[in-house]
Amino acid sequence: MTGPGRADGTRVEAIVIGASAGGVEALNQILPALQPDLAASVFIVLHLPRGRPSLLVEIFASGCALPLREAEDKEAVQPGTVYFAPPDYHLLLEAGPRLALSVDEPVHHARPSVDVLFESAADVFGARLLGIILSGANEDGADGLASIRRAGGVTVVQDPALAQESRMILSALSRGPVDFVLCLDRIAELLRAPDQVTSSAFRATRRA
Amino acid sequence: MNAAARNFEIELQLLIDAIYLRYHYDFRDYARASLKRRALAAMARFSCATLSQLQDKVMHDPAVLPVLLDYLTVPVSEMFRDPGYFRALRESVVPVLRTYPSLKVWVAGCSTGEEVYSLAILLREEGLLSRTLIYATDINPQTLLKAQAGIYDMDRVAGFTENHRSSGARTSLSDYYTAAYGNVVLDKSLRQHIVFSDHSLASDSVFAEVQLVSCRNVLIYFNRGLQDRALGLFRDALCRKGFLGIGSKESLRFSTCADAFQELSREERIYRRKDEP
Repeated sequence: MTGPGRADGTRVEAIVIGASAGGVEALNQILPALQPDLAASVFIVLHLPRGRPSLLVEIFASGCALPLREAEDKEAVQPGTVYFAPPDYHLLLEAGPRLALSVDEPVHHARPSVDVLFESAADVFGARLLGIILSGANEDGADGLASIRRAGGVTVVQDPALAQESRMILSALSRGPVDFVLCLDRIAELLRAPDQVTSSAFRATRRA
Repeated sequence: MNAAARNFEIELQLLIDAIYLRYHYDFRDYARASLKRRALAAMARFSCATLSQLQDKVMHDPAVLPVLLDYLTVPVSEMFRDPGYFRALRESVVPVLRTYPSLKVWVAGCSTGEEVYSLAILLREEGLLSRTLIYATDINPQTLLKAQAGIYDMDRVAGFTENHRSSGARTSLSDYYTAAYGNVVLDKSLRQHIVFSDHSLASDSVFAEVQLVSCRNVLIYFNRGLQDRALGLFRDALCRKGFLGIGSKESLRFSTCADAFQELSREERIYRRKDEP
């Protein structure tokens, strides 16, 4: 399943995904593309109403080949596993890598916040990180995606013209260039073999 | 890791060491990722371009420390956060607490006091507060003063009231506060049963035997080593069959102290100290 990798041989060890309004539908289209032998770990922040248990694991389990879990504090990160931030907690990555949770104040009115996940993941994984912003109607995630770019990771946004809500994506785009602007089918293709992120098929859509 | 991120990591370590050596506040075993975010916020607050500049300020100007502590310590909670937890206390813990002639409760890491007053109100509703002493501890002296004052923004009260109602309340939350000037002040008679005190889970020891420890969403700010230390203190402070409540996403699963406790409510993260240590 592993492709040629990036020019410098860097492999994708972690994939972070941020989404808000319209995110469930978008994730429904792309999570089934994750292959059972994926070496990377996947971390997802989806903004949710607080005060009720998250059903995300149940919602996506049937369509995803990988184990899905709600993140637990200080748990060691497993490869080939999809972690969701629990409602009303920020999800962060620590050295190890390990998961960490916090109840620090909301960021852009959001807890969990995409920025918090992405910024801490950029610190831990640097260039070995792939960050994806999907549909959403607020500005959370823009700073986080910029951190991933600064750390040398790969940045992807859903094509805003095709997203249910474009504000989160446009906000991320306004903060600087991203590597790829893709429709959900192409994001799914990317997730099928994330190490091929610089292969010719994707280079065509890569933005300078 | 790029040079800027690596520099920041080094400077954060130096800042933490400086605060510890100079003022004996021990953040050395706090979880780094969230501490980093709070250090960044503090840097902005003090208009420092680097954490080294902030370190210089805190080393040489003691007036900086209290403000910095507010950034570095665990943030405020809300009253009756996770109503299910309080419902489980009423249903599964209170009946046992009734059997004790006098009660001691420890709220560790009480911050600005929301959790302390929630427990005090619950115990009053259950007819137990009159024989209870609640120890409310935190490392930050300013937040302890705020907790002691028991004054909260009126805007937050609707949320508190909703939480309280869902916790199986027997009374109305409005019975316990007076509203004035956009704030509410909690009933002083609750405070007669609370001792607010400076205590560090990182460096202090056990100070009393208690029947219930409530420490929610504090352990997530610690690394595993410090989590173990704190849980060890709770184990040693609890009487046999005493109760421990932790945050809804916290767990004893990874702790070296796990064997000392048995699960009472998995969903609400309430544990019971075993008979034998």
